[in-house]
Amino acid sequence: MTAVEVEPVARAGQERVSGRSGRTGSWVVPWLFLAPALILFLYFKFIPMGNALVMSFQDVQPFLGNQWVGQDNYVKVVTSDGFRQAAWHTVLLAVCQTAGSMVLGLVLALLMEGRSRRLSFIRSAAFLPVVVPMAVIAELWRIMYHPTADGMLNSLLGLVGLGPSGFINDPHTSMASVIATGIWRGAPYDMMIFLAGLAGVNRDLYEAAFVDGASRWRRLLHVTLPGLRSVFSILFILAAIRGLRVFTEVYLLTNGGPNGSTEVVMTLITKLGLEQNRLGVASAGAVLLFLATLLLTVVVSVLRRRERE
Amino acid sequence: MSAASETALGLKESRTPQARLLKAVVGALVLVVFAGPLLALLVGAFNHVSDPTQLSVVPSRPTLDNFAVAVDHGVLKYLLNSFFVVGFGLLLQVVVSTLASYALARKRFPFMTIVFVAILATLMLPEEILAIPLSLILSDLPVLHINLIGTLAGIIVPVGAWAFSILVMTEFMRDVPRELEEAARIDGAGELRIFAQIILPMCRPALGVIGVFGFTMIWDQYLLPMLVAGDSSTYTLPLALRTLRIDPIVTPGVVMAASLLALLPSVIVFLFFQRSFVHGLSSGALKG
Repeated sequence: MTAVEVEPVARAGQERVSGRSGRTGSWVVPWLFLAPALILFLYFKFIPMGNALVMSFQDVQPFLGNQWVGQDNYVKVVTSDGFRQAAWHTVLLAVCQTAGSMVLGLVLALLMEGRSRRLSFIRSAAFLPVVVPMAVIAELWRIMYHPTADGMLNSLLGLVGLGPSGFINDPHTSMASVIATGIWRGAPYDMMIFLAGLAGVNRDLYEAAFVDGASRWRRLLHVTLPGLRSVFSILFILAAIRGLRVFTEVYLLTNGGPNGSTEVVMTLITKLGLEQNRLGVASAGAVLLFLATLLLTVVVSVLRRRERE
Repeated sequence: MSAASETALGLKESRTPQARLLKAVVGALVLVVFAGPLLALLVGAFNHVSDPTQLSVVPSRPTLDNFAVAVDHGVLKYLLNSFFVVGFGLLLQVVVSTLASYALARKRFPFMTIVFVAILATLMLPEEILAIPLSLILSDLPVLHINLIGTLAGIIVPVGAWAFSILVMTEFMRDVPRELEEAARIDGAGELRIFAQIILPMCRPALGVIGVFGFTMIWDQYLLPMLVAGDSSTYTLPLALRTLRIDPIVTPGVVMAASLLALLPSVIVFLFFQRSFVHGLSSGALKG
């Protein structure tokens, strides 16, 4: 997705020649080809976003007519303890899941790099969680997280003399449990991308480091990791955006509970909007979430551009 | 070049017994951690599991009852819904993305950059953020005044345009040599023929990538079907799992049988098209 940022500018020059040769038809043609996509985006992305923006300044009352209430909804959202707590949980979850998946993914990629059959089999198997639907993963982990001592993960903990833990059923461990499930699914994805990045590191540099007698550790630190820099920033953006809008796994694992200990912005918004019908306040929350995503994306892009120059 | 320089850690060179043992242990650990839970799911689906504590990776009391009960609870209908949604959704998505990519990759026109940026921007507007207004729009499409709530079309149409597919396809289409197109044009071929008979056949690898990613993306949809569902008649299988679980007479074994049916299609697609998958991941990520 970030792949294309730079391309149009770079390609523009070389295509101008054939563009001017004219026979490519009238100006209508490209718009006809684009029309289905643009209409769908308009209907299901841009109009909803516009509506969210409008509703966030309104007291939405279906059938009665909406009332403008200015920044009231935003004030309500920002000052409510529930939303603040949900925002904090969301950030915590996003940061821990992103960091955990990246660290584990990098370790896995380093260990699983290579061309042998055995390794490619293990890599494929490890990648399976990524393609399994989130709903299935959540149901499976709910069963594994069974809170009694003879639950699956608790009996494993018992083997090393720990537990039993309440996991998602205990407010003290619920957040960590949701994060752990997220890392389990996120790490193999990151592993694959790191592997692709590792394949792109210049082998001559390894050879040079080897000849210079650099230790494995130093080679990793001074050759491999710098070579993976762009992979890190891409994974960071992807994971952070995914983390901020986390919904399905939290909804299915805990639905914000127990006792609000895992309530995130999205589960709160759906409760406000879909269950309590407080559409204005829910929209204000959604707009804030969007702004956070936008800000994060812009900041990381600017940082990357600056680094490249 | 020495073996030590082939990978970052150069593990291949270590052939001492300790190193071999370590490698075997690491490999086994990775398998246990990432594939183990899925194996437990597979075993659980075919075993009497009346209680979460009976989850195990060792089959004990094999049975097909779980599937029978799951079918009694309408799982086949949900599975059919899922296939319907992924079939038509993916078809729509591929057609819409390739058409759009043709314009973006092969034409130059005013406001092209703005269109491009707008499409990129939709990546920041996932269903999650749009959930509330999206559910309102689905119940009354602006101008058309069609209500999509409670219809499978309500899940299919919104996934029809996906920026990721358009971007992957556009990038690939740019590299198709212009001479082919020019030759066809001189022979009098129209735009649609050039698109369908010259450009598309050259993009088979990219079609594989957007097909595989589109499939898993649509199959994994949760919030959208949830917003669209009027009652259980339009549930997709992932959505139905929760309903099964909160049904007090349904055992975890049944939930796992249904879960197995819900994961098999995407796992099969992954295993068959692994190369497209990995190709898509790496090309999408690394060129930025």
